[in-house]
Amino acid sequence: MDGSAARQTDYQALVLDYVRSPDQDAARPVRHPVIVVGAGPVGLTAAIDLAQQGVPVVLLDEDDRLSTGSRAICFAKRTLEIWDRLGCGERMVETGVTWNLGKVFFRDEPVYSFNLLPEAGHRRPAFVNLQQYYAEGFLLERARALPHIDLRWKNRVTGLEAGPEGVALTIETPEGEYRLACDWLVAADGARSPIRKAMGLESRGQSFRDRFLIADIRLEAEAAAAFPTERWFWFDPPFHPNQSVLLHKQPDGVWRIDFQLGWEADPVAERQPERVIPRIQALLGREARFTLEWVSIYTFACLRMERFRHGRVLFAGDAAHGVSPFGARGANSGVQDAENLAWKLRLVLAGQAPETLLDSYDAERVLAADENILNSTRSTDFITPKNEASRAFRDATLALARDCGFARSLVNSGRLSLPSTYRDSPLNTPDTDTFAGPMVPGAPAADAPVRRGGEAGWFLAQLGGGFTGTYFSDGGALPPALLDALRSLALGPVPVQPLVVAPPGLPPAAMPGLTILEDSEGLLARRYDARPGSFYLLRPDQHVAGRWRHVAPALVQAALARAIGQDGGTAC
Amino acid sequence: MLNTDLNLAAPDDVYEALVALHRDLTPEQSRLVNAKLILLLANHVGDAEVLRQAMAKARAGIAPAGRDGTRPVTA
Repeated sequence: MDGSAARQTDYQALVLDYVRSPDQDAARPVRHPVIVVGAGPVGLTAAIDLAQQGVPVVLLDEDDRLSTGSRAICFAKRTLEIWDRLGCGERMVETGVTWNLGKVFFRDEPVYSFNLLPEAGHRRPAFVNLQQYYAEGFLLERARALPHIDLRWKNRVTGLEAGPEGVALTIETPEGEYRLACDWLVAADGARSPIRKAMGLESRGQSFRDRFLIADIRLEAEAAAAFPTERWFWFDPPFHPNQSVLLHKQPDGVWRIDFQLGWEADPVAERQPERVIPRIQALLGREARFTLEWVSIYTFACLRMERFRHGRVLFAGDAAHGVSPFGARGANSGVQDAENLAWKLRLVLAGQAPETLLDSYDAERVLAADENILNSTRSTDFITPKNEASRAFRDATLALARDCGFARSLVNSGRLSLPSTYRDSPLNTPDTDTFAGPMVPGAPAADAPVRRGGEAGWFLAQLGGGFTGTYFSDGGALPPALLDALRSLALGPVPVQPLVVAPPGLPPAAMPGLTILEDSEGLLARRYDARPGSFYLLRPDQHVAGRWRHVAPALVQAALARAIGQDGGTAC
Repeated sequence: MLNTDLNLAAPDDVYEALVALHRDLTPEQSRLVNAKLILLLANHVGDAEVLRQAMAKARAGIAPAGRDGTRPVTA
């Protein structure tokens, strides 16, 4: 799984050259439809998604480097599925370390283990571990392959005027200042968000009185063999008493070790190798041979902005919300912000949806942030007890977990990132028919194996970049009226790509103008609780907009109008 | 609905057993035992609404005079 060092570009060392833009010589500020600020995982995802949909994007970054250090290392299934749609998921998975299993130890005994993807029939695993610089490097290369992205390094936003008609920016470069204007500004400029500050906005929440040490080490093969590719978490282990430790594998023979240090720890002294190395030797043994790759001390807070949309400025990722790292909910939720926003911006820019569609970005992603903050805060309460009573409950849970099943469910070393279901979104068309299972309106679409023209593939890979209408057939020929109705979905100004799903084993008859998928293992129908006649309308971000037991074009058109923020009317 | 009427056949025996549980423990050990007991009973009761009513009853009349390790933060 680990490749040779020569295989990959050294993304940490990459210097991204500042290039003078013709905009810097323009007599008046050049206006662009969308400017994204911040070329981290979130800004790059947003820019690629927009550009892939044909929207020209200017992407500004104040620096000329990708991530230093591994930073966000756990990329979740949903993030990989988004990056699949953006054409760079495969590289992430090829290079990343795939894992589904987590184990929790109390002192030196295993007390709990969990499998985050207990069922087969999914293209992507629960997680891959991948250094952030690889993720950014692969996104960058994808961005560079797209004609609509104008990447500008060493472009720092120093001034901002946001008005009802657009945003004016002052930008500092190595060659002096220039001005730009845009219809929409996406602020993906990180936890300290200069854009947020420039607008006088705040992110609020709570901080936790604890410090953690990250030590990334490169481990020699024989020492590494003792640890499988699982997430191992210790509470109060003999080698680091009274605190927690997390061990996790990354590509290139690198291991992430995360030591809880407590609030009293000295953040400067603790990052010195003479303090770090003995901690690692206590875990691995004095004879273990390793080199330090990256050391960092961190504290954290759970916080968010009150709103993510401020007129023509849209905040995404850490700029909008922050969580503790236990749960891998930072970068993953930011990537989901970007994908939620991209299709809405495109429709608004094209004049096909009202500006108020962007309020649904705020509603859906604020809800998602709250869900992430709730989960993250609960994990933090368990890992970093806030007072003597919460410490007693934590220790009691761990002690009971050895022989009481209920207590194992309470052990919380991080509830790992899952995509949010936008259950009460104004874009959903509520069910009028009865369905079972999790694929409710607002849910992210589940994957399943399918065959297309005899070729094995995956359902999510068939969804394209727009709305999709998935019709579950009985495998027989469709009545002409239904064929016409499905084909007509693709002809509107906001087209809905029709997909016809046939049951397993029935070689579906070709239907001109329609894509036919065989539900090769019957898992698609099972996961969607579909019967012949069932129909799902999926949004461009692959969330369910509406579903019916029998397709009626008027219902689909009304649901489409609702999903693009046009109340009550039909799609324009 | 939380039952606050007598539900124990031998209330003095149960009360004595609760006290006896801690007789030779330090305050820290007692806190751990109490926490385990609460978790075991909470799981046995199972009804989250009853548990919330019990928590509210337990807190009633106690004016908060402590604070935990979190702090409000603005960025």
